[in-house]
Amino acid sequence: MKKKALKAAFPHTIPIMAGYIVLGIGFGILLKTNGYSFLWAFAMSVFIYAGSMQYVAVTILTQGVSLINTAIISLMLQARHLFYGLSMIEKYNRAGKKKFLIIHELTDETFSLTSSLKAPNDVDESWFFFFISILNHLYWIIGCCAGAILGSFIPFSTKGIDFAMTALFVVIFTEQWMDSQNHIPALIGLLGSLACLLIFGADRFIIPSMIVILALLTVSRKKLEKEADSHDTL
Amino acid sequence: MILSDSQVLIRVLIMAGITFLLRILPFLLFPAGKPTPNYVLYLGKVLPFAIIGMLVIYCLKEVILSAALPPYCLPELIAIAVTVLLHIWKRNSLLSIGGGTILYMVLVQTIFA
Repeated sequence: MKKKALKAAFPHTIPIMAGYIVLGIGFGILLKTNGYSFLWAFAMSVFIYAGSMQYVAVTILTQGVSLINTAIISLMLQARHLFYGLSMIEKYNRAGKKKFLIIHELTDETFSLTSSLKAPNDVDESWFFFFISILNHLYWIIGCCAGAILGSFIPFSTKGIDFAMTALFVVIFTEQWMDSQNHIPALIGLLGSLACLLIFGADRFIIPSMIVILALLTVSRKKLEKEADSHDTL
Repeated sequence: MILSDSQVLIRVLIMAGITFLLRILPFLLFPAGKPTPNYVLYLGKVLPFAIIGMLVIYCLKEVILSAALPPYCLPELIAIAVTVLLHIWKRNSLLSIGGGTILYMVLVQTIFA
C-alpha cells in the first residue's frame, strides 16, 4: 500500500525537486558565505522548512535582529500558511498520526500539490499526501546542505532556474482554471493580491491580500455556493 | 558573525516555532472530532483557487513592480505564455514546467542577459 502511494506521489514532486534543490543550494551558499556551518543549514531546513523565511533568516542572523522583531517578521512573512491549514482541514484530519508531520511540511509548494491533486483510486490518500510532503522536504534538506557544503562550485549557470516555482504555480493555476466552471475565486486571488502589491509594495502586501481575499470570498459566498450546487463543482 | 551560537539558536527556534504555529493553528481551532463550521468548509473549497493566484503574484512581486523599466517583464511574460500554452496543448505538468523554465533560463542568460 505504501509502495503504491510512493509510486503515485513521486512524479508529481519532480518539478519541486528541481526548484527546491536549486533554491536550497542558493540558501546554503548564502548561509555559508556569512560564516555559518552546514549544521545550521541542516537544522533550519529540517525545523523551519520554509524558503522565503530561511532566506530572510540569513539577514536576521547577520544583522543581529532583536528577538521581538524576529517574531514580528516571522508572523508577517508566514501568515499565509494559515490559509493552507484552513483549506486542508478535512483532508489532513483524516491522516491519523501522520497529520502532525504533514502539517509541519505544508509549504507553498506542497500545498499547491496536496490541495489540487486527488490520490488515484487504488491509493490511500493519507499515504499519498505523506509521500508528497516527505519527498519535498527531503529535496529541500538535500539542497540546503549541499549548498552549505559545496559552496559556490556549480559547473553551469543556473541563473533563472528558480522560475520553476513560478511555472509550477502558473501550471496549477491553468489546471484549476480548465477544471472549474467558476473562475471567480481564482480571479479574486490573482487580482486582489495584484492590487495589494501595487498599493502596499513587495514587502508587506501578503497580509492585506489575505484580508481582501477573505472578504471578497465571504461576500460572494451565497453566489458561489449556489453555482457550486448547480454545477456540482466549482 | 555578531551573534553567539545560543543567540542564533533562539532566533532559529522562534522562526521555526512561529512557522509551525501558523501551519497548525487552523487544525487546533477546528479539531477532527467536532463538526467543522460550514463557513470554514466553504473556505476550504474556494481558498485553494484564490491562493494559487496569490502565489503566482508572490513569485513575480519584484518583477511586477519593476515592469516600467527594461526588460519590461518580457522574459517572464514570454515564459509564462509558453508555459500556459504548453499546458493547454498537452496538459502534461512536467512538460509545461520544464519547458517554461528552460526557456526562461535561456532568455535571461542570452537575449536579456
